[in-house]
Amino acid sequence: MSKLLEVKDLRVSFHTYNGEVQAVRGVNFHVNKGETLAIVGESGSGKSVTTSAIMGLLPKPQAEIKSGQILFEGEDLVKKSNKEMQKIRGADISMVFQDPMTSLNPTMKVGNQIMEGLIKHQGMSRTEARKKAVELLDQVGIPHPEVRINQYPHQFSGGMRQRVVIAIALACNPKLLIADEPTTALDVTIQAQILELMKDIQKQTESAIIFITHDLGVVANVADRVAVMYAGKIVEMGTVDDIFYDPRHPYTWGLLGSMPTLDSEEEELYAIPGSPPDMLNPPKGDAFAPRNKFALEIDLVKEPPMFQISDTHYAATWLLHEHAPKIEPPASVKKRMEGFAKTGGKA
Amino acid sequence: MEREKILEVKNLKKYFPAGRKKIIKAVDDVSFDIYRGETFGLVGESGSGKSTTGRTIIRLYEATGGQVLFNNEDVHGKKSKEELLKFNRKMQMIFQDPSSSLNPRMNVMDIIAEGLDVHGLVKNEQERRERVEELLEVVGLNREHATRFPHEFSGGQRQRIGIARALAVEPEFIIADEPISALDVSIQAQVVNLLKKLQKERGLTYLFIAHDLSMVKYISDRIGVMYLGNLVELADSDELYNNPVHPYTKSLLSAIPLPDPEYERNRKRIVYDPSIHDMSEEPEFREIRPNHWVRCTRKEFEQYKKELEERE
Amino acid sequence: MEGTTADMEKMKHSSTESAPKELFVLAQQKEDTSEKISGPSRTFFQDARRTFFKNKFAVLSVILLIIIIIMSFVGPTMNDHGIDDQDLARAKMPARVPVLENLPIPGFEGVLRDEFKGSNVEEATNNAYSRYDNQKDFIDIEVLSEGDGSKNSAEVRATYRVYEAKGMEDEYFWLGTDSLGRDQWTRLWEGTKVSLLIAFIAALISLVIGVAYGGIAGYYGGKVDDVLMRILEVLVGIPSLVVILLMMLVLDPGITSIVIALTITGWTGMARIVRGEVMKLKNQEFVLAARTLGQSNKRIIIKHLLPNISGIIIINTMFTIPDAIFFEAFLSFIGLGITPPQASLGTLINTGFDNIMLYPYMLWFPAIMISVIMIAFNLIGDGLRDAFDPKMHK
Repeated sequence: MSKLLEVKDLRVSFHTYNGEVQAVRGVNFHVNKGETLAIVGESGSGKSVTTSAIMGLLPKPQAEIKSGQILFEGEDLVKKSNKEMQKIRGADISMVFQDPMTSLNPTMKVGNQIMEGLIKHQGMSRTEARKKAVELLDQVGIPHPEVRINQYPHQFSGGMRQRVVIAIALACNPKLLIADEPTTALDVTIQAQILELMKDIQKQTESAIIFITHDLGVVANVADRVAVMYAGKIVEMGTVDDIFYDPRHPYTWGLLGSMPTLDSEEEELYAIPGSPPDMLNPPKGDAFAPRNKFALEIDLVKEPPMFQISDTHYAATWLLHEHAPKIEPPASVKKRMEGFAKTGGKA
Repeated sequence: MEREKILEVKNLKKYFPAGRKKIIKAVDDVSFDIYRGETFGLVGESGSGKSTTGRTIIRLYEATGGQVLFNNEDVHGKKSKEELLKFNRKMQMIFQDPSSSLNPRMNVMDIIAEGLDVHGLVKNEQERRERVEELLEVVGLNREHATRFPHEFSGGQRQRIGIARALAVEPEFIIADEPISALDVSIQAQVVNLLKKLQKERGLTYLFIAHDLSMVKYISDRIGVMYLGNLVELADSDELYNNPVHPYTKSLLSAIPLPDPEYERNRKRIVYDPSIHDMSEEPEFREIRPNHWVRCTRKEFEQYKKELEERE
Repeated sequence: MEGTTADMEKMKHSSTESAPKELFVLAQQKEDTSEKISGPSRTFFQDARRTFFKNKFAVLSVILLIIIIIMSFVGPTMNDHGIDDQDLARAKMPARVPVLENLPIPGFEGVLRDEFKGSNVEEATNNAYSRYDNQKDFIDIEVLSEGDGSKNSAEVRATYRVYEAKGMEDEYFWLGTDSLGRDQWTRLWEGTKVSLLIAFIAALISLVIGVAYGGIAGYYGGKVDDVLMRILEVLVGIPSLVVILLMMLVLDPGITSIVIALTITGWTGMARIVRGEVMKLKNQEFVLAARTLGQSNKRIIIKHLLPNISGIIIINTMFTIPDAIFFEAFLSFIGLGITPPQASLGTLINTGFDNIMLYPYMLWFPAIMISVIMIAFNLIGDGLRDAFDPKMHK
């Protein structure tokens, strides 16, 4: 498996009236060709800022990439000019956003929006582009594509619009697709359709996908590997089985514990108390410590480094240090882990 | 045991005019009861009419037809100001969007105290302040937050302010209209735990409207499933999940992704096709098992009954 | 994963070096500070004010306007000339300012200057003399081109020291006088005061009527909205000039009638905007929440709706004031507004226009004043619009 994208020690800050907000504080990960990496995190975790940085879409001058590299096929995107990034965006890397209502231009026919990229990046003529656009609409499952290509976004339902957005993103056969909460605004059944669509298309085109979401169910459905982000850093990273069946970071436990299972009994949900920290003044030591009932004294003093658990599995928690006391994950999380591992399916 | 009914919804209809000749039947003949002290979950996707149902019950919308009885009194119809105020005290609502459910120009003190002011529940400024600070602590916030403004809070905190606002008038019944959909996962758990705690402490009854089925199942005693303005199935939570009967319910359940990769690898989604229904007559709400109701024709009723027996 | 493994190992080793063993115990649960909000409480208006003050043009405009408003009261008292002291002997005197007259800045030297042509220098010079009261002793001639006898080939520049000619070496008219000998400085500031007064009053009344009208139509909707909007559309359909003419026939001309005339048609823009905003707001969840709490309609409008549209109202007013100023000037210019001897920017421009060929300074000063005022209000309006947009609060 070759590395398509490698992010090394990325640090991004925003300069606001109140001071510097450290949105991303040293993020390391990579994406291999053809695989899906899910980035899980809540508001303020820095997940969207990270992908904006990859696309070169950070708002300047408020946002600043303070250090780090973003290597796409070996070339550092941080060093590229806006013009160079324009060639990459839409062609090698494309993006699908959350809100299908606002990602499409309401005054432009859907066909033209797809054809735009084809004409610019692939130098197609209008006729060729039109033909390809109809093919794409068909590929994403829009019925009667020859007719609908001439319609406007408001004539499509939410789920259909998101399919159009995916068609636009795929038009130039990107090597990497970044999907930022693409199904969060959609109904459950529509979400299921879109996820199936994305997986089918990935099989056909072998593009890699970075999938941002806060819904762990969706992660379990689409991801090969998972990175869990909190307060601007990756706190745990591994394969999807690693993360769900052998989570090691208390924040991951918290996330898994706060979701009720379909057969959980009448107990209280394990809720992480408090709110994510203010990134204007990140706390000293581990940013999660104030909300972490398994915090050690050292968490208040020093930030934990990434500890390796296996070839694929890493977590940044002092609990993995040799001197740390042996802590068991909370009962509800353990039950879930054991139950699933045992039955290998719906308990 | 005869449980006391706090709310009875009978053949409720709410239609909206859309353009010259068209009508949108957002809620089209919906009937169900809610018992005192329980949590009734109402689920459905966009266009199902679940939010409209909630808002019509609390009379934010005037019903086009049917009846809503709260403690045996009709909520709609011609009412004096005092009678309406009485309903406002007993029935309250929590809203979905934390960024628009609080007036950005009012501070938290005034937002929470608005109910107290309208109903004259406090005698002076000091009492008002104490009540508000008490409520802030009940929902897990700090007393000092009272002087701040909504934009200074996170989504979860704002939602709690909304809950405090609803609690201020000491209601019996709270309609929660998608209260957690816009929140982060870990914050959802906080809010749900809070709601459960308040229910136990204050004997509240909830109508919990949502589209996140796992959360609805966790918090609700009974669940109604809505589709395009109709209630298609109604049962106790466990019964609904273990023995779904209506094809739409089945497709909805099969579409939920669970945080379990092994399960997800094997999950097969059932697609709902409305055209498979028997068109011979107008479907009605029929009890297929004790306390388990399905919307179906007589033919379908027999069919579903057979399926259930085969599953045993 | 090879590269990252090595990096991570390096990171781990460097930081675990100084990880003392005794710290690896469960931390005592300290007071839960996680719900604390750091930083002082800031209302929306404080953020808005800060954003506004960052806009240098807007701030400059505010300062300028304040100066102008102060001057409009103080200016006329600064010299001894009255607003209506007519003296034909002093008619059409150019501007003369004590210190500036000695500096090479054109316009304030207290002289009349122009170029004159003729077929030869003598003819050109005679043309100059005949224009300038034949006061040869007080006319300086500067030959610009000798000419060759053909028509208009010679050109001279004549400078007429008119103050000396009329024996007024010790008198100063800072902005000159008009055709009736009235001091322009005094009249300019009086006129500015009158124009601003009319504009402010008209804008204020339009605001009150417009907000009430639009607020009621937007909030109640349905039939109320239909009826109110149809009335509004009829009013808008009638050209405002026609309405004003009718007003002028019925009422005595003067400040009151202009204010009434401007107000009758000026509130419609505000009403439409307020109606639109109220319709948007009334479906917001915080308004629904107020309804479920049992709040009365009146208090919902006052407590919930108005504060949230105050920004739009203020901005809209900032743009209607220059409209009112311009309209008044236009009316006075065509003779329908303020009548002489009362001064307003419009009447000043009117008289200035009559003399534009020979005494252009009579037009310059009121024209510059009205332009500055209008530009200032527009810049302030832009600044306020940015200030009230929460997305622009950096």
